[in-house]
Amino acid sequence: MTVDPAAAPLEVDPLLDDPETRIIVCCGSGGVGKTTTAAALGVRAAERGRKVVVLTIDPARRLAQSMGIDSLDNTPRQVKGIEGPGELHAMMLDMKRTFDEIVEAHADQDRARAILENPFYQSLSAGFAGTQEYMAMEKLGQLRAREEWDLIVVDTPPSRSALDFLDAPKRLGSFLDGKFIRLLMAPAKMGGRAGMKFLNVGMSMMTGTLGKLLGGQFLRDVQTFVAAMDTMFGGFRTRADATYRLLQAPGTAFLVVAAPERDALREAAYFVERLAAEEMPLAGLVLNRVHGSGAARLSAERARAAAENLEEGRIVDQGHGKNGVREAASPAGSPPDSPDPGPGQLPHQETESQTPEQPSVNQLTAGLLRLHAERMQVLKREQRTRDRFTALHPEVPVAEVAALPGDVHDLAGLRAIGDRLAGGSPATGAA
Amino acid sequence: MSRLQVVSGKGGTGKTTVAAALALALATEGKRTLLVEVEGRQGIAQLFETEALPYEERKIAVAPGGGEVHALAIDAERALLDYLQMFYKLGSAGRALKKLGAIDFATTIAPGVRDVLLTGKACEAVRRRDKQGRFAYDYVVMDAPPTGRITRFLNVNDEVAGLAKIGPIYNQAQAVMRVLKSPGTAVHLVTLLEEMPVQETADGVGELRAAELPVGKVIVNMVRPHVLDEEAVNGVAGDRRKEVTKALAAAGVSAPTKLVGPLLEQAAEHAQRVELEREQRAVLAKLGLPTYELPLIGEGMDLAGLYRLAGELRNLGEAR
Ligand SMILES: Nc1ncnc2c1ncn2[C@@H]1O[C@H](COP(=O)(O)OP(=O)(O)OP(=O)(O)O)[C@@H](O)[C@H]1O
Ligand SMILES: Nc1ncnc2c1ncn2[C@@H]1O[C@H](COP(=O)(O)OP(=O)(O)OP(=O)(O)O)[C@@H](O)[C@H]1O
Ligand SMILES: [Mg+2]
Ligand SMILES: [Mg+2]
Repeated sequence: MTVDPAAAPLEVDPLLDDPETRIIVCCGSGGVGKTTTAAALGVRAAERGRKVVVLTIDPARRLAQSMGIDSLDNTPRQVKGIEGPGELHAMMLDMKRTFDEIVEAHADQDRARAILENPFYQSLSAGFAGTQEYMAMEKLGQLRAREEWDLIVVDTPPSRSALDFLDAPKRLGSFLDGKFIRLLMAPAKMGGRAGMKFLNVGMSMMTGTLGKLLGGQFLRDVQTFVAAMDTMFGGFRTRADATYRLLQAPGTAFLVVAAPERDALREAAYFVERLAAEEMPLAGLVLNRVHGSGAARLSAERARAAAENLEEGRIVDQGHGKNGVREAASPAGSPPDSPDPGPGQLPHQETESQTPEQPSVNQLTAGLLRLHAERMQVLKREQRTRDRFTALHPEVPVAEVAALPGDVHDLAGLRAIGDRLAGGSPATGAA
Repeated sequence: MSRLQVVSGKGGTGKTTVAAALALALATEGKRTLLVEVEGRQGIAQLFETEALPYEERKIAVAPGGGEVHALAIDAERALLDYLQMFYKLGSAGRALKKLGAIDFATTIAPGVRDVLLTGKACEAVRRRDKQGRFAYDYVVMDAPPTGRITRFLNVNDEVAGLAKIGPIYNQAQAVMRVLKSPGTAVHLVTLLEEMPVQETADGVGELRAAELPVGKVIVNMVRPHVLDEEAVNGVAGDRRKEVTKALAAAGVSAPTKLVGPLLEQAAEHAQRVELEREQRAVLAKLGLPTYELPLIGEGMDLAGLYRLAGELRNLGEAR
């Protein structure tokens, strides 16, 4: 499959080589290959000479092991086996730990302990909708501030929508800084009963209702937590806003990863539009797990028809060995499934009953043709969905990455993906 | 057959699709099923190509043999308001609470409140009876949150442990837990034959079992047909290449010498995938759960494909 001339190819190497490129964010909907792409870009950039850190989120276990980052200590480790002048460091985000570290960095020991032990804090940090995105942003900010790397590649959390990465931190931030929480905090801040005067009767009735519903202790935990965090570092929202601005800074490039499937590309299109609205620089679309065929000249229909010819026995088997014997015994042109006087077997039963590793050549060839027909059907569908995307967004450069037959779980696999990203070997051959 | 069927699985593996197909399969022969979604994404409406579902049960499909599939998109905020209304007679204060963000607050932040409301609504539909005393729905199928969150989602008792020990939410959690831990419930996990979803399935099964929640089936989705296995491909790669070329020519394929290479390469890849899938099947087999396989719909999913999957599920014995 070649790149459609309507879409400019995405030039990955110039992007990686440009010293002005400081942050690359890989986003996209769930399971499309964000983590794989981020890791592959990291490897490639390092092997081309940059000092790179990759922030991965929930990588597949074997991939993490092969990069030596499966220890979950929330800090970058140098990846061994990089061939070239650069360096690759990688880490896997631990969201709870990241949150704990923020607390520890901003409060004295006693205060920090009080917060870390707060039940509300614990449920918040252990996996609240949006916490992972918030912490990914937070970690990105930290890595950037360290100025140790000249390129940071960021993976994004597995969410169904790519937009979550942009929206979740703000949503969580404004929620925690929200009107209702402020109201709840008012009495805590102003000290018990004095504060209550500021609340009208309706309000206290409501907190009363919620108190009954949720338990008074729970509400108090929320109050103490928010108050403590607030004085500590000036609000969640402010913090989320700061990292958000980092994403708009020159030097940041977004790559939207998508599978050539309807839903994934629809998500990708939303995201592209959103980035434009936010003035966040989009480098291009990575179309991952694309299928190609070196035999694309042969259409699905023709392949299927040819397979049927072979299967219906209109064509004499070309095999040798056992088949060869039969060929000699049966006159050319007679149906191969006519009773065989030889070893007492029908040619078509042969595969099941005796030597499954040696099906007849006709059966094999029919199989090859059927596989090809299936592949061509996939190709056609992928092409259609892709064309729909390019029609909507002809301005977005596209890099196609072939579907590898197996998982990507080591440096060699990441290099192979990197080559394809850079257009070195697109979806050619059978891949 | 459990009357509450919960469908979870890794994101994107086909939870919504499988839940819908299951609801159709279970509705065959005059049965009534309710398909519920809990994540506010209108996935059911998209799949059935209808407008967005309101917070209200409505018929969305007819199953072969005259059964009916109804659907409901449960909305946690609305459910909470209904509750408050029912138990505290808030009147217009309910609206004020919502405006202040208190409802949003309670359903978003309080661990478990949202989940109790969502599971509670599904359990209510399971138990509901009509005037004649028959069950309103023969089956309730839930398009549930993904594997990573399913145990917490269903284990509402633990989740609300930190909350008030009295009151409607607490009582509701108790009632929900009784239904969810009974044999009347089955939690199915949808997976693909790939490393990550299979791993997540194994982890998820472990968590569900530890929480004593009833694990149902593993549903392997998007299974592609196996045309050739590795041995067959190895057999053809060597000296039989010439014969394959001849067979191609005989079958009416033009320029067979150019095609044989790529075709064999495709076959080798296919064989490699078959081998990987075999490994993943072996991992799944160790879970000791009944396993169903659903085919990949090659043309892409639409209503026809959905009915086909329902037919497959029925053949697999899901409707008995
Ligand atoms: N081009 C490719 N060819 C073959 N396999 C691939 C390719 N890209 C990714 N994969 C495999 O697909 C699976 C999912 O990829 P990955 O984990 O990168 O996706 P993700 O978008 O990060 O998913 P999540 O949303 O769950 O975080 C992995 O097993 C990976 O090895
Ligand atoms: N058997 C199948 N054959 C072909 N396509 C399928 C099949 N099952 C699901 N799909 C497609 O896969 C995609 C994901 O399916 P679906 O939305 O049901 O997954 P999900 O697990 O509910 O996803 P999410 O985690 O986002 O809720 C959809 O595009 C759907 O049409
Ligand atoms: Mg990932
Ligand atoms: Mg879904």
